[in-house]
Amino acid sequence: MSMKNLSLFAIVAVFVAVGALATSSFAQAPIEVHLKNHRFTPSVIKVKANQPSMIMLFNDDDTADEFDSSSLKIEKVVAGHNKGAIRVRALAPGKYPFMGEYHAATAQGMVIAE
Amino acid sequence: MISALIIVFREVIEAGLIVGIVLAATAGVPHRSRAVSLGVGAGVLGACLVAAFAGELAGLFQGSGQELFNATILLLAVCMLTWHNVWMASHGREMARELKAAGHKVKTGERTLLALSVVVGVAVLREGSEVVLFLYGIAAQGGTSASGMVVGGGLGLLAGAAVSALMYFGLLTIPAGKLFQVTSGLITFLAAGMAAQAVIFLQNGGWLEYFTATVWDTSWLIKEDSITGRLLHTLVGYSEAPNGAQLIAYIATILLIVILMRIVPQGGSSRSTAAPKPHNA
Repeated sequence: MSMKNLSLFAIVAVFVAVGALATSSFAQAPIEVHLKNHRFTPSVIKVKANQPSMIMLFNDDDTADEFDSSSLKIEKVVAGHNKGAIRVRALAPGKYPFMGEYHAATAQGMVIAE
Repeated sequence: MISALIIVFREVIEAGLIVGIVLAATAGVPHRSRAVSLGVGAGVLGACLVAAFAGELAGLFQGSGQELFNATILLLAVCMLTWHNVWMASHGREMARELKAAGHKVKTGERTLLALSVVVGVAVLREGSEVVLFLYGIAAQGGTSASGMVVGGGLGLLAGAAVSALMYFGLLTIPAGKLFQVTSGLITFLAAGMAAQAVIFLQNGGWLEYFTATVWDTSWLIKEDSITGRLLHTLVGYSEAPNGAQLIAYIATILLIVILMRIVPQGGSSRSTAAPKPHNA
């Protein structure tokens, strides 16, 4: 029992250690995007290919929304009248659609890496 | 109304499939419905808390509190699933034998019930907080569409629960002898998928920046945000374009569980069998 518990804690420790070792490095200023009336402005975000970038999403609506994109591998909830820093990994050139999951009818956008 | 139905359905299925697997994995264990209800209850409560404090949570750790929180609870669930599988591998057979032989109360299976209620709680919390935020948003907006959305949400909940129940009863049709193997396998993939998902949250939080390049892309075959893609994502951790770190976490988790299930001594309820042997069979 205790052996197994120990090994499980060891696993957690390894994961946490790996996480703690890696540090972030963002050279550029974040790209500001606003969400108002459940629409993104700008809705098309251009980033440089093959290097990470950061989107600062300002949610100007009263309610929360989730910046969601399976192609960008991002799920980020941003509360109403709040902001959220969204790290975009280095992307191969291409188009990466995203949406505000709670208002997907209007909240649509796209990241273009080039 | 349709959008509410779809979003609630999707989240309920994602949590419900995990609950269904846990229920099937604990078939015949006394008090398991209490443990699962406890997990669901705690998950719903946690979901409301997470939704209510979404802004505060996000603000922690230089704006990456949400990612760290998600990664942590996912890894917690991975540990609990691993523990359950390993523990069942060493005691499950004996338990099944005793159950059949006498029908008297068997205590053994209750050991990992708490671990599994944690898993259920994590699943409900993650998907539930999205549902809460979404429905709260609709309620806050009011207007004529709000009531329709609530009806849609209710229908989505029912439909999601129905699919999850189908999953559970489907698993129960598997003969008892095979059921253990099937649920162990499902739980292993569930854990691997969660570990890979945790890696993504760590990457998005800026804590893990190795092996971030995409290894392959199967989005042409199954889109991750299609219904099939989402089901596969929940069940086996399908990712349309996994990166290196994700794959490493996925494979490492599977290997770890399989190896632990083998090296932990089988069949003994005593802890005195200290030296682990590779095989008893």
